[in-house]
Amino acid sequence: MVNQLTRFAAVGLLLLAAQLTPAQTPSTEAPASAASASAPEAPAAAEATAASAATPPAASTSEPSLILNSQINSGDTAWMLASMALVLMMTVPGLALFYGGMVRKKNILATLMQSFAITCLITILWYVAGYSLAFTPGTPWIGGLSRLFMDGVIYVKDVAAVAATKDAPAVAAVVGKVSVSHLGVTIPETVYSMFQLTFAIITPALICGAFAERMKFSAMLWFMGVWSLIVYAPIAHWMWEPTGWGAAAGVLDFAGGTVVHINAGIAALACALVLGKRVGYPREPMPPHNLVLTVIGASLLWVGWFGFNAGSAVAADGRAGMAMAVTQIATAAAALAWMFTEWLVKGKPSVLGIASGAVAGLVAITPASGFVMPTPSVFIGVAAGVVCFFAATSLKRALGYDDSLDAFGVHCVGGIVGALLTGVFASTALDGGVTGSLLTQLKAVAATVVYGFVVSYIILKAIDLTIGLRVSEEEEREGLDVSLHGEHVE
Amino acid sequence: MKMITAVIQPFKLDEVREALGEVGVQGLTVMEVRGFGRQRGHKEIYRGAEYAVAFVPKIRLEAAVPDALVERVVEAILKHGRTGKVGDGKIFVYELTQVLRIRTGEQNEAAL
Repeated sequence: MVNQLTRFAAVGLLLLAAQLTPAQTPSTEAPASAASASAPEAPAAAEATAASAATPPAASTSEPSLILNSQINSGDTAWMLASMALVLMMTVPGLALFYGGMVRKKNILATLMQSFAITCLITILWYVAGYSLAFTPGTPWIGGLSRLFMDGVIYVKDVAAVAATKDAPAVAAVVGKVSVSHLGVTIPETVYSMFQLTFAIITPALICGAFAERMKFSAMLWFMGVWSLIVYAPIAHWMWEPTGWGAAAGVLDFAGGTVVHINAGIAALACALVLGKRVGYPREPMPPHNLVLTVIGASLLWVGWFGFNAGSAVAADGRAGMAMAVTQIATAAAALAWMFTEWLVKGKPSVLGIASGAVAGLVAITPASGFVMPTPSVFIGVAAGVVCFFAATSLKRALGYDDSLDAFGVHCVGGIVGALLTGVFASTALDGGVTGSLLTQLKAVAATVVYGFVVSYIILKAIDLTIGLRVSEEEEREGLDVSLHGEHVE
Repeated sequence: MKMITAVIQPFKLDEVREALGEVGVQGLTVMEVRGFGRQRGHKEIYRGAEYAVAFVPKIRLEAAVPDALVERVVEAILKHGRTGKVGDGKIFVYELTQVLRIRTGEQNEAAL
């Protein structure tokens, strides 16, 4: 890290002294133009830069590496920059409003606060350690520490001349280069790491649905912070890092069926069981106070999800296009399936129902989105819509747990439906397509469920024994907005 | 003086207000309330959780009137607030012991 700072300082001073403009124009043909652009430069500099440009670095496919700025694909990068923003929008304000509209008015600010605060907290933790633990090789179970504090994630502008100083070789080694992840070799590592951050943000935010209206804010911050490092990062590593045991075994999880939804959903169940039911549940009526907000939230989730699924192609290409198509079709199928099921079973098609059905469809198509064709996606959607309807209604009532906003019923159950059907429907017809194995998918589901539940349970118990998880009954009666945050909505 | 309170159907408010104006009522207070009499509430369902909602939205209006006007005010509300169906509401007439206008301090009949 100290060497890196020295490098940066040297380059910075060079740029100031030379009052530079970029020496190279962006091009996809890296080697030839790099060599010719630097040819007219001062001899010592030309030697240094030409030496590195003559053999353009090939990006590593096993760990992050440095490549030339000109090797970056601007189409892929533009799409991934947009995807990051779309997925961030899914949490703030998508999920915030989706959940916010479903709770009682006295708790809406506290519910919005959970999503917002988690966004901020996880960002910092990801930068410090999460990214490194998830997306560097390490062991099959957890990544290494090479990217702690995002060390090594760099972008260095080209310079017209590298001054002949004793630092010249070190500086020349990075000038005109950008780091890329082995999982996204055509986009800057900054973009890849921030894109993955938005997944690390929404996963814990989803869990909030289980303990809505009764968890202490301080306890929630502790839980989410620890959870993101010892549950989210490892599971992301297992399934997405090529040397992770899941990826190596052939688990198919395109955008996070196991890593995000089953993971969040089973942690949600743990929370619902450990925290217990809300005061007055299920006798007292606790209807949603504003479903308009919930529909706005569900819509933002739907639109943002294209960044989630199509963005997981890490490229602006046909695979992203197919992921987008199957996402849209499965979601619509699921929304209609829930709506018609509810119409049949309960007598009226509700707005909360169709919105929930859409989310269930989005969840289920998530692991499948890069591996299936449109027709199976209809089936995945319908399956999710129907199964999640019963999970969120009959199952919950039968077993009696208070999963307030159905984080388990929709995300865990929907994620399992999607993960298993991915094994059934994965198509070799798609570029990059593979044959799925139901058994492998089952192993991934089981591992996520067991590890996720057990570790979440332990973290919860530890927090409960120290600072306590739940607010007092008086605070719960008065409402979390006033009790925890000193604010209220008229 | 009397305080006349009426709980009426919300969609009847404009009609009743105009009728009261014609009868000579100078001021009115209106509140959005929920209530029930013989009218049944309704059922709501959220993700399978059923709620019986007993209360129905109504409008409650209050007017302080001189004794001479009471009969015509009551008749106006009865005539314009009625639909003939269950849920039309009720009228209550209270004895009023004192009324003051805050701006001037005028009392009783002069304050109405």
